[in-house]
Amino acid sequence: MTDNPAVRVRGLRKAYGKLTALDGIDLDVAQGEVLALLGPNGAGKTTTVEILAGHRDRDAGEVAVLGRDPGRADLAWRAELGIVLQGSADLGELTVRESVHHFARYFPRPRDPDEVIALVGLTGKAGARIRTLSGGQRRRLDVAVGVVGRPRLLFLDEPTTGFDPQARRLFWDLVRSLAGRYGTTILLTTHYLDEAEALADRLVVIAGGRVVAEGAPATLGGRAAVRACVRWADGQQDTDDPAALVADLTRRYAGTVPGLTVTRPSLEDVYLDLIGEHR
Amino acid sequence: MTAVAHRPSAALLGLHRAGIELRTFFRERDAVVFTFALPIVILALLGSIYDGVYEGSDVTTAQYLAPSMVAAGIASTVFVNIGAGIAADRDDGTLKRLRGVPMPPVAYFVGKVLMALLISVIETVLLLGIGVFAFDLTLPADVVSWLTFGWVFLLGVVACALLGVAASSMAGSARSAGAVMNLPYLVLAFISGIYFTPIGELPEPLVTAGSLFPLKWMAQGFRSAFLPDTILAQEVVRSWEHGRIALVLAAWCIGGLVLCLTTFRWRGRRDR
Repeated sequence: MTDNPAVRVRGLRKAYGKLTALDGIDLDVAQGEVLALLGPNGAGKTTTVEILAGHRDRDAGEVAVLGRDPGRADLAWRAELGIVLQGSADLGELTVRESVHHFARYFPRPRDPDEVIALVGLTGKAGARIRTLSGGQRRRLDVAVGVVGRPRLLFLDEPTTGFDPQARRLFWDLVRSLAGRYGTTILLTTHYLDEAEALADRLVVIAGGRVVAEGAPATLGGRAAVRACVRWADGQQDTDDPAALVADLTRRYAGTVPGLTVTRPSLEDVYLDLIGEHR
Repeated sequence: MTAVAHRPSAALLGLHRAGIELRTFFRERDAVVFTFALPIVILALLGSIYDGVYEGSDVTTAQYLAPSMVAAGIASTVFVNIGAGIAADRDDGTLKRLRGVPMPPVAYFVGKVLMALLISVIETVLLLGIGVFAFDLTLPADVVSWLTFGWVFLLGVVACALLGVAASSMAGSARSAGAVMNLPYLVLAFISGIYFTPIGELPEPLVTAGSLFPLKWMAQGFRSAFLPDTILAQEVVRSWEHGRIALVLAAWCIGGLVLCLTTFRWRGRRDR
């Protein structure tokens, strides 16, 4: 069982009328892995997640999520999933506490709803009606509802949109604890590259409905192999061995090198290059 | 897997859904006020406008109207509210969220129907209260009349609820739902002899059309429970036709269920 990937996708295709959203996606998520799906708006991230979660039909391709076809899955399969999608506006008249307690009831072995509310930092708002929450607080409620069922596999579609920095860090801690302590497999989409770098074991970049790159955050798009750029007050130079160049400069200046910086391309630079080629 | 064995039952989840539905309903104050007010205001208005008693009986127009309005009240609260409510659930992501958790679909419908039952009971109590205090309606003292009322009420609510569920799929969005649901309701109220009394004086083609739908039979059943038999002369036929009422309402319950199962859409038109 543990040898099987949690998610296995081959040749996934989906079109909305004449618009091709997914043009043959291959994707694997190993058990216990945290995978971040990156890509520009309209790349097909949400479509992919919604097909995997059983909310959308596919046109073609093989999809196995926890060994089942999401298009023909049953309630026992759903009990193993946690889903945080975008664009919900429901539950407005209920309080945070009522909603999380209610959704816990559907699952065979739920987490303690009050603990989950604390984990997403909403304890102070537990008695508040959901329509009175801010956008970021509402999103945190979505995350709480998504994890209260103790899922083996968690889908998070842009979970941190609208979070303040503190809430974002709290969310990162939550994801790390789900993955580290409970072995939860997590597939998340995000536009925040620092978030992807902080949380994900592996990144998959899609653009125009295709996978354009994948790899660990440190090596994505040949990031580790790219030459470093050394800049100082009187010049700059790209090099494979920045340490040697800095040592050489230190000798030349007989001490401190004025304005010295050594940079490698950030994940964001690599990412923008990758999707730039596929625009 | 042990997880499967411990999954909560559909009946229990249906009860929890009803709790959530009721809380959501009663917290929207303006919706609550206007849902209950509509049939009450119409009963009070029509009851005060019309005057006199029907030939051959001592039943006033207002008294005749009261049980009919109970039927129309159930139809509007149950059919319109459930239909528009489901369209709203589809629009705001409620249905999508519920489809993402291990909820047996029937629990959702059980929740809606239980909510409809409770709201109907309140509506009925309010309408009968107005009938008794404002229009001297006498409530029956015998068990048989109340039993008649009971089974007509139950079959009527279930039929209207199931039809509301089925009709919810006609509405493209929550915003259009109110308009979509109200037209069939208003037309039915007229051709079922609710606003136009007594029903025996409606043109025959309209009565025939009205007789195809549950509202006419619910109203007739309630009149049989609350009015003396001397009013029978004003009915379409000179009998309360209990057997036929049961038959038509039961047929609509079954037909409504079939319609629900065949036409219900969990997804909005954009989510294919």
